Amino acid sequence: MTFFVGLFALYCLLPMVWLLINATKSQTDFVSTFGLAFGGEFALWDNIVGVFTFQDGIFARWLLNTVMYVVVGALVSTFLAALGGYALAKHDFFGKKAFLLVVLGSISVPGIALAIPQFLLFAQMGLTNTPWAVLIPSFINPFGLYLMWVYSSDAVPNALIEAARIDGAKEFRIFWQIALPMLAPATVTVLLFSFVSIWNNYFLPLIMLKDPAWYPLTIGINQWNKLGSTAGNGELIQNLVITASLITIVPLIIAFLCLQRYWQSGLALGAVKD
Amino acid sequence: MTLQTTSPLRRKRRSTTGLLFLAPFGLLFIFVFIIPILYSAYISLFQNKLIGGQSFVGLDNYARLFKDPQFYDGAIRVVVFTAIQVPIMLLCAILLALAVDSLRLHGTRFFRIVVFLPYAVPAIVSTLMWGFMLGIRYGLIGNLNDALGTRFDPFAPETTMASIGIMVTWGFTGYNMLIFYAALRAIPRELYEAAAIDGATEMQVVRNIKLPALRGSLTVTVIFSIIGTFQLFNEPNILSSLVSNSGITSYYTPNLYAYTLAFTGSQQGYAAALALVMAAFTIVIAYIVQIRGMKNAFDK
Repeated sequence: MTFFVGLFALYCLLPMVWLLINATKSQTDFVSTFGLAFGGEFALWDNIVGVFTFQDGIFARWLLNTVMYVVVGALVSTFLAALGGYALAKHDFFGKKAFLLVVLGSISVPGIALAIPQFLLFAQMGLTNTPWAVLIPSFINPFGLYLMWVYSSDAVPNALIEAARIDGAKEFRIFWQIALPMLAPATVTVLLFSFVSIWNNYFLPLIMLKDPAWYPLTIGINQWNKLGSTAGNGELIQNLVITASLITIVPLIIAFLCLQRYWQSGLALGAVKD
Repeated sequence: MTLQTTSPLRRKRRSTTGLLFLAPFGLLFIFVFIIPILYSAYISLFQNKLIGGQSFVGLDNYARLFKDPQFYDGAIRVVVFTAIQVPIMLLCAILLALAVDSLRLHGTRFFRIVVFLPYAVPAIVSTLMWGFMLGIRYGLIGNLNDALGTRFDPFAPETTMASIGIMVTWGFTGYNMLIFYAALRAIPRELYEAAAIDGATEMQVVRNIKLPALRGSLTVTVIFSIIGTFQLFNEPNILSSLVSNSGITSYYTPNLYAYTLAFTGSQQGYAAALALVMAAFTIVIAYIVQIRGMKNAFDK
């Protein structure tokens, strides 16, 4: 059993180690040396400079785009999920059950079934090839709404809400100042998972964006990768593709390491409630 | 208790508050989920004709789809892939969760993080890493072939799907393991104490306490894994330009086919019909799994 666990850990780590080692190689070393050995020269810094200067430094633009998509998308989607989830847990209104059913059902709809009509609708509204085409769909996180609903029902005592009402607090203030702080663990979980899914988003920006100036990192890296492999006479820049990949995953890994308390408890919440 | 007595007026005000709070999510949800699905159903009834542009064709697109060998080729490929990859991945996840739960060694925390981290890696990066590593031109398999004098190619048409399986399993086993692990941690300690008093062996504890506790999360993970693998797109899409002669066609998976039809063939109506059929198929499968999961829970 311990052997199996160790083997699996190796399986999980191997690609990361490979990426780390090969990000330090020059293009010549990359094609000529053994995959898990360091090259003749230590070129990590040269590669990083290369990534940020290739094609007039467009990589920095992609990085900023991705940060913008992630920050705006994750904040808005988490806020909407918290507000909606809290309302579902703590308020009674017409159509609540039906709404929950539709939202939960929507989780099983494949992305492509949505993406094609979304693209056509956005195209008619002139939104394709603008950041809105990537942002607007990312504002909706059905699973986040579900998590917030489950968490609010347990974490926010009804008596506290009633007491605040008697003190004359407005409903939005009750949510913002009393409920939201109590929802912090679930909020961080939803934020983190939105962060990952928007950072890693590939399909949506692939169909929505034509202008490289709006690309996120995922589409940009794929573009670079195609440069080397499709055109026979194209410049081979695998060292840059690999270093760019490393730069892309570092922020995510740091976020996961810093916030592990939250994602572990958040996943637990989702699992046990079901 | 005065807290319980709420006037009718007050109740009404509160009910509008609830709707108001849900409105931003609800309206956007209608805009990005409900309207696109309805629109999809609408355009699936049209075809782009050379003469006359968009013309209404009724259910022709659906009739054509069910006779389209390229659609079946992709659909069968992902169903077979799902039937092999999902059980392997979930079995690994369960074994790892059981191991981490029963070992309780120091270092399991580190292990949990290591196994989960691939989940945070974007498909483009994981496909590039595995594509290079398994590739024969620059990769480890190439090095191995040179050393052994073999000519094994993980991206030959016969083995490409297996290589994609290695990538998908790499990305999602940890996520599933954590869900199983959370379910194991939720087992009341008293059950273990009672089992110890009865002199139960470790295997009996696993069979009679731990595995039944995993049933609920198993249903959830099966459903989400099926939904995920039916949508297979990123890996074959990226691989098709990364390695040559991999056998990846433009209709390799239903999603890839729908993408090709809609965005390079401008056959949006047909693509919409395909996407809706796959959506319906996915929902039916997810529903069957859920019903079976519930039935099992009642049997116990």
